[in-house]
Amino acid sequence: MTEQLIDWKKAKKIATREAYGQALVQLGEENPDIVVLDADLAKSTKTSDFAQAFPNRFFDMGIAEQNMIGFAAGLAAAGKIPFASSFAVFATGRAFEQIRNSVAYPQLNVKIAATHAGISVGEDGGSHQAIEDLALMRSLPQMTVLVPADATETKQVIKAAAAYEGPVYIRMGRLAVPVLFAENYKFSIGKANIIREGQDATIIANGLMVAKALQAAEELSGQGIETTVVNCASLKPLDKDTILKVARQTGAVVTAEEHNIIGGLGSAVAEILSENYPVPLYRVGIKDTFGESGSPEELLEKYGLTSTVIVQAVETVLQRKYLK
Amino acid sequence: MSNVQEMARLIRQDIITMLAAAKSGHPGGSLSAADIIAVLYFSEMKVDPQNPNWPDRDRFVLSKGHAAPVLYAALAEKGFFPKEELLNLRKTGHFLQGHPDMKKVPGVDMSTGSLGQGISAAAGMALAGKIDNKTYRVYCLLGDGEAGEGIVWEAAMAAAHYKLDNLLVILDYNGLQIDGPVQEVMNSEPLADKWRAFGWNVMEVDGHNIEELTASLQAARNVAGKPTIIIANTVKGKGVSFMENQVGWHGNAPSKEQAEAALAELKGGNSND
Repeated sequence: MTEQLIDWKKAKKIATREAYGQALVQLGEENPDIVVLDADLAKSTKTSDFAQAFPNRFFDMGIAEQNMIGFAAGLAAAGKIPFASSFAVFATGRAFEQIRNSVAYPQLNVKIAATHAGISVGEDGGSHQAIEDLALMRSLPQMTVLVPADATETKQVIKAAAAYEGPVYIRMGRLAVPVLFAENYKFSIGKANIIREGQDATIIANGLMVAKALQAAEELSGQGIETTVVNCASLKPLDKDTILKVARQTGAVVTAEEHNIIGGLGSAVAEILSENYPVPLYRVGIKDTFGESGSPEELLEKYGLTSTVIVQAVETVLQRKYLK
Repeated sequence: MSNVQEMARLIRQDIITMLAAAKSGHPGGSLSAADIIAVLYFSEMKVDPQNPNWPDRDRFVLSKGHAAPVLYAALAEKGFFPKEELLNLRKTGHFLQGHPDMKKVPGVDMSTGSLGQGISAAAGMALAGKIDNKTYRVYCLLGDGEAGEGIVWEAAMAAAHYKLDNLLVILDYNGLQIDGPVQEVMNSEPLADKWRAFGWNVMEVDGHNIEELTASLQAARNVAGKPTIIIANTVKGKGVSFMENQVGWHGNAPSKEQAEAALAELKGGNSND
């Protein structure tokens, strides 16, 4: 269990986009069919690493996300494994219908690898902070949706996405976040990972909220409340068995995500619990509002995406659990 | 009558027959493209009905996906699937969807129907051919009303930028879209100048003249370093006199009686000559 985690508070922070850039280069070395597309943001999404290593397999499509996805569909139909990158707002929002009709509907082998998701984009403000991308992608049939929590997991997620035949959306961030996982950590599509165990309540998180969940679990432990922490990087397919197992074991669940509470991890967990095993649930996330400019850490604080808020949420569900 | 001309005549009959059976669908833009599709499938393109996923085949993308009947007719006549299946167009549980579905229909290289997206995917296929140094060519049929979609111009810019001379687009310029004449709904002229300005090799032909179409496709093979668009001047509903140039026949299937009249005319033979 805990050996999956490193001493993460002492580890250096790395943005998942940085790990993406490195993972792509490694993939490019291993598989000549990997091609990479970007929409004039290669330096920010870190696909520039791949562009430098494999200039003949990198294609800048200019500021034209819809056409980038269309090209990716055509490349996939002709046997390539395209990774198409942009900021999450534009990759999923601007090109949504191309993703729907040219990628998901024909089940083409396109990987939409988006960075700069969530309010931790920071200073660029609400126009650039995707809070709805997971809801959009999760609603598409035949789409796999992955949200890595740290650099180690990102590398595994990228590898798994390339090995999987079919459309995948990968959500990554701009902000440097703690490296959590040891090299023996194992990510698989469709599998949630229990990374801490406790009997009182469960915190299910993904993305940068996994570190906050671990922090909250420690704080709660100091008060004598022991929580299970589940990293749910595979938002779709969702690991129903693991979620129901921890819900049965602990009887109270908190979800934590850097996304609108509508349509993301909280919604997905609520759907499974309410249909199978209802327990007290609290969704920590962005409360159906757009973001704004500011420093990432200040925004995470302002929008309630902190370990303190998770601690309060666990206390809330515990009260409801013991009222029953 | 050449084999290709005969095929165009059969394809037009198939279109009428299948749309009458389906009781819905798009005859006008299917009939306008029948000669173009006949030339592509029975003269120009290298495809193998026994091996529809042959990696070195030429590809075809029907960007104006609502003209699915013309493509299905050609694929059936070519032997990709039995002709009887045409009568199951648009029916529950059968594989011929209202718009082309590459997962269901052998010989369909790209799922289309949402306008503008096909040319973008076709360009992506052409790029894949360039990466792999393959000699296959990618053909794409674009509608004239479809040029209203911004992605068409994004794809046009990118195809020229990446010098995709293995990409050949044919514009079915029948002049009509659902709400009326293209030039009244949203003027796209000067079309040839636009494509030239985007860096394309542009040719203009009579889209119902088999020899002109064949010769222009041949000429396009010799153009290096840029994609080619053939602006094919066509008549919407071509071959069925009561459908020709009638905007109302964009998306309405013929009744049994109308289908009989149309078939009689098409079997008469000379509307196309």
